[in-house]
Amino acid sequence: MAEHPSSERPSIGSWIDSRTGYKALLHETLFENVPGGARWRYVWGSTLSFFFVVQVITGVFLWMSYSPSSQTAWESVYYIQHQLLGGWFLRGLHHFVAQAMTVLLILHLMQIIIDGAYKAPREVNYWFGVLLLVLVLALSLTGYLLPWDQNGYWSTAVTTNIVGMSPGIGQSLQTVVVGGVTYGHLTLTRFFALHAGVIPGLVILLIVGHVYLFRKHGLTPKKPLKGPDQGFWPEQVLRDAVACLAVLAVVLFFVVREHGAPLGAPADPAEQFSAARPEWYFLFLYQFLKYFPGNTEIVGAIILPTLGLLVLTAMPFLGRWKLGHRFNLGFIGAMLAGAALLTWQALDDDRKDPDFQVAKAVSNRDAARAVELANNGVPITGALTLMREDPFTQGPRIFSRNCASCHRYDGHDGMGNALPKDSISASDLKGYGSREWLQGFLHADTILTPRYWGGTAHTEGDMVGWLGDHIPDTDEAKATRRNVVLALSAQAALSSQATMDRRDSVQIALGIQFMRDTKNGCTECHKFQELGTDGPELNGWASREWMVAFVNDPTHPRFYGRDNDRMPSYGTEKSLSQREIEMVVDWIRNEWYTPKVAVSRSDDRNVARR
Amino acid sequence: MSDTTPAPDRRNFVSKAAAIVVGGLISVVAPVAGLFTLFDPLRRKSDTRGLVRVASIASLADGGEPRKFPVLDTLVDAWNKTENVPVGSVYLQKTGDNSVRVLNSVCPHLGCSVGYNAASHGYFCPCHRSSFTLDGAIADPKSPSPRGMDELEAVVRDGQVWVRFQNFRKGSPDKIPV
Repeated sequence: MAEHPSSERPSIGSWIDSRTGYKALLHETLFENVPGGARWRYVWGSTLSFFFVVQVITGVFLWMSYSPSSQTAWESVYYIQHQLLGGWFLRGLHHFVAQAMTVLLILHLMQIIIDGAYKAPREVNYWFGVLLLVLVLALSLTGYLLPWDQNGYWSTAVTTNIVGMSPGIGQSLQTVVVGGVTYGHLTLTRFFALHAGVIPGLVILLIVGHVYLFRKHGLTPKKPLKGPDQGFWPEQVLRDAVACLAVLAVVLFFVVREHGAPLGAPADPAEQFSAARPEWYFLFLYQFLKYFPGNTEIVGAIILPTLGLLVLTAMPFLGRWKLGHRFNLGFIGAMLAGAALLTWQALDDDRKDPDFQVAKAVSNRDAARAVELANNGVPITGALTLMREDPFTQGPRIFSRNCASCHRYDGHDGMGNALPKDSISASDLKGYGSREWLQGFLHADTILTPRYWGGTAHTEGDMVGWLGDHIPDTDEAKATRRNVVLALSAQAALSSQATMDRRDSVQIALGIQFMRDTKNGCTECHKFQELGTDGPELNGWASREWMVAFVNDPTHPRFYGRDNDRMPSYGTEKSLSQREIEMVVDWIRNEWYTPKVAVSRSDDRNVARR
Repeated sequence: MSDTTPAPDRRNFVSKAAAIVVGGLISVVAPVAGLFTLFDPLRRKSDTRGLVRVASIASLADGGEPRKFPVLDTLVDAWNKTENVPVGSVYLQKTGDNSVRVLNSVCPHLGCSVGYNAASHGYFCPCHRSSFTLDGAIADPKSPSPRGMDELEAVVRDGQVWVRFQNFRKGSPDKIPV
């Protein structure tokens, strides 16, 4: 740098330049020679660098709100997504730019291979690129776990178990990566350190090396050249910026359409999750595994992918010969076509699989419910506690495991899975206790259908006999039957019918009057108010207390006694806990926590302080 | 294209301007998205509470000796909400049969925890040596605290002391709720 004469006042720019030499650096950066002039096909490297910077920025901001532990990871991500101002946008940007980078990496790689840019003397730079590809995939793999939702949890369980399958150190490596033999706090802290520290650090080092080597050897011009050489600035910079803008526009489209990034229900190690799938760009590997059953799995999971990576690494050597370059082109083409085909197969398999569709619906329902519950504040034990104590979430699960071998819920097993028709041996419990349900039950034409007692031993019982003998034939008799339905249904005290029960108090009183009249026969078999002695008792019939006591022990004299038809005593046999019985009862009764309206946070606190 | 190609200088200028505009546009998206979340705490409302039962008046000494109690209430910490946990502590001092003085135990200077010194019958903050009299006023004029200890609104109802627990801005001569 030339020294300024002391009489001349140096500008700030030249003052800084004389201390740092930034002008030369800037010149070096901006006036890199582009042989044959700027072209669109050279934009991929710049777009990747740009989006890596976007990931660093959005990642650091996410870091400011993220808390990696098994009681706070999902919760803090929920907080970012649903409470922080613009948090969904930030998270969506990070999520979809990650996907865009995978696509850009493939495009960049294809362009390098098609143009033969991996050939001497650029082999080392190409290898840096392959390493960067692997590291970026590792970033998305580690990032997938961090929200600690069901999908991330179970997908990561699969990936780390594949690591454990690899010969020799696999098992130990898995334990180290996971931070133990089970997934928990240490898995999150380790994955987070890898995702936000170790891997980005390596990526930065490799990008610096990659760009340095790129500048050293210069751009690989695509022949024939289209015009005279140009500087990088401004023509190529403009093309790069426009390409970034185009990709960003696509990303923003998805961010807004999806309102951020997906967040499933909080991870539950005890809860089967059949909807687990990896990110779409790993789907081909997932599908690939299906072709390697039993102990050949290691071939599909580790050996073949490693071989593919080795071929990719060996391409600079293979490409020395004309035939080798053609092989490389064919190989990358075949890989991509194969991956595309496998991805399509994976999606198509899922589309045609009714079990997966049910699992997906359950997963969406759980995810929405978790947010609904968390909006009311999360206990320090985590959002999973809310889910495990929630009748809406647990009711159908308890029902499908314990009740659905005999009962139905709206024709299915509670979770939405279809069940064989011939296995029905007890009533369908959807709407149990409601007027609509009872109307069908107290009717000679319908009581013997599979919806009610068609599959039970009570088909020959006194109740069916009574209904057959007392078919209401006049309008008056029909009105009386209706009054009994209303009166009995009012015993259930369903919160969904509270208004109707108050409105119809006259009819309900008439119904009660009919049931009390000993000549009508109800109290001959049933205990009702102070009349009759036998069960099932009609006082508080189908009320919460009645149902809980019934599920506890249907053989109790208050209920079926010796006439009980195969229904297990879940409480006295201790096959369900009291809380589980309460939850399944609350779910059948449609009674669970529902947010009144969309409450603002301050309203929320007032409610809590009440 | 060859006929209408602008003079190199002009074309260069358009390219430069376009590169700067497009480059600027794509560069602001990520930082701006992040800054919204960074400044989110500024839009959260201040933490005001209703009356909270703290102690029974019978547990206070008649002579006016203060006693420290935790204030148990609902704690909202980002996504967590916990009922009935300490959200702060107060000094209660009986001033009459049915009246109490309630002081927030946090020093108004820089937020350290103020202790009660039975020997000197006053409060003392160990961090920067602020001292306060029993009614919360500054005792030693050399105390760095810009105001006396923060007195809180309280009522005695059926023998129970109810306090409206609040924190105030530190380091200011005025008592401004946070």
